[in-house]
Amino acid sequence: MLRVCDLEAGYGHVRVLKGVSIEVAAGEAVTLIGANGAGKSTLLKVLAGLLPAWDGCVELEGKNITGMRAHKRVREGLVLVPEGRMLFASMSVEDNLRLGAYSRGGKEAASEFGQDRATVYELFPVLGRRATQTAATLSGGEQQMLAIGRALMARPRLLLLDEPSLGLAPKVVTEIFSALQELRRRGLTILLVEQDARVALRHADRGYVVRTGEVALAGTAAELMDNDDVRLIYLGAWHGRD
Amino acid sequence: MGVDAEVTGSELLQFIIAGLKNGSIYALVALGFTIVYASTKAINFAQGEFYMFGGMFAVFFLSGLGMPLALAALVSVITVTAVGLGFDRVAIRPRRDAGPLTLIIITIGGSMVFQSFARHAFGPDERPLPVFTAGPSIDFFGAAIERQTLWIWALTAVAVVALTILYTRTKLGRAMRACMENREAARLMGIDTNRVVTISFGLAAGLGALGGLVVTPLTQTAFNVGPSMGVKGFAAAILGGLGNPLAAVAGGITLGLLESLSIGFLSSTYKDVIALAVLLAVLVLRPEGLFSRASREKM
Ligand SMILES: Nc1ncnc2c1ncn2[C@@H]1O[C@H](COP(=O)(O)OP(=O)(O)OP(=O)(O)O)[C@@H](O)[C@H]1O
Ligand SMILES: [Mg+2]
Repeated sequence: MLRVCDLEAGYGHVRVLKGVSIEVAAGEAVTLIGANGAGKSTLLKVLAGLLPAWDGCVELEGKNITGMRAHKRVREGLVLVPEGRMLFASMSVEDNLRLGAYSRGGKEAASEFGQDRATVYELFPVLGRRATQTAATLSGGEQQMLAIGRALMARPRLLLLDEPSLGLAPKVVTEIFSALQELRRRGLTILLVEQDARVALRHADRGYVVRTGEVALAGTAAELMDNDDVRLIYLGAWHGRD
Repeated sequence: MGVDAEVTGSELLQFIIAGLKNGSIYALVALGFTIVYASTKAINFAQGEFYMFGGMFAVFFLSGLGMPLALAALVSVITVTAVGLGFDRVAIRPRRDAGPLTLIIITIGGSMVFQSFARHAFGPDERPLPVFTAGPSIDFFGAAIERQTLWIWALTAVAVVALTILYTRTKLGRAMRACMENREAARLMGIDTNRVVTISFGLAAGLGALGGLVVTPLTQTAFNVGPSMGVKGFAAAILGGLGNPLAAVAGGITLGLLESLSIGFLSSTYKDVIALAVLLAVLVLRPEGLFSRASREKM
């Protein structure tokens, strides 16, 4: 589904990604874990086309999309739920969803919109009850649900998520991840960036550990969970050892 | 400020009519500023030149090419819209990511190029247009309303309604509002933000041109009328708060009334200072404008 080879990118003259190679197969849920500033968000921004790649390749289902502009990638089925959610704060829940469906043209678009919206409201019932409220008035958890729901409106084939659990209470995180679990069951391919490695590995098939712009470690979720380095640094097992 | 004994009721009404007339023109120019600002976060200092072009091209199509007035007006708006679209493609888009300051400098350059083009193509003289409908002024409770003023109001109203429909009822309008609020998020929705910026310049140019050509029968026009109208329109846009296009209309009307009433109650000497005074006062006291929400929730 997604193949990234030797990707380099950064900001200004500062190189943040120093040759990252990852792969995500269709139907898989893959997670990127790593410390603050490792370059996880930068990688997702390059994949979504918000930031140009300096070198390397990005292929989506065999098609080279390295230089493709962001709005076209959405039509190719690659959709990002960005860090910080980036909702349209002054617009209603419903208008946010409508914008999520922006890339879906054609004759059937209108009836598909109703159908897709119903799917989102089924996944996150609270959004249905807040349909006419502006996004700014939603709670943090509801905002994250809206950000995911809005991305789903584009009917993604590959969903990129940047820290969906950030700043949310454990109960809300559970709710959001069980929704992601449900999406996986329906066949959606997911690339998930998470600070909370425990949560991330529990919900993924495979994972990559990103350290200062490079892939330091790769493996199945179980392997990574058992890896001493991972346990030590990312799963908080250092308590009492240090 | 109470009504001075020297100003009668019908005189006051006359000042208000004049204020609403000028205010409508300011509103059209201010709309151009806000529409471009919304998609680029830059001030387009060539906006006054679109206003100038509106009148000058209409004169050219009418007198130079012999088109009937209505056609000349229509073709002028279309031509200037095309100039706006082309301006973005040629001058703005290549440097779009360079930041607002660079864009602003480009628009100042554009303004100079447009002015010297107009001077060479159409000459240095003042040029008139005939009124759209001939006939005596209409008496309104002792005050006189010129027929052209009715045209100004009607066309401004049509433009504002059309724009409201665009923003609230169409997919393109929704995309424009999305860009206004968060350009990066708009791109993630699959919106081609470059296209939105181009369309913004076209719309801004068309609205400026409409203002310029509909007021020319009353004021005449010349190659150098752009910058001073640019200042008025910019002041009106700032008064409205720059964020919301329709607040620019309120800003324009308010500025027109302020100017007109200051002539009535103070002296005409102050008329042109008003816009600058308003501009400074708003920038210092209420940078978010009078007609926009006090603070936008950032997420
Ligand atoms: N807009 C920017 N301009 C300049 N440097 C940036 C920008 N965004 C991020 N960086 C830098 O790039 C590096 C990687 O940042 P990035 O946001 O990708 O990290 P991250 O792994 O997502 O971290 P976090 O877990 O804190 O979200 C950091 O050193 C950061 O300072
Ligand atoms: Mg990040």
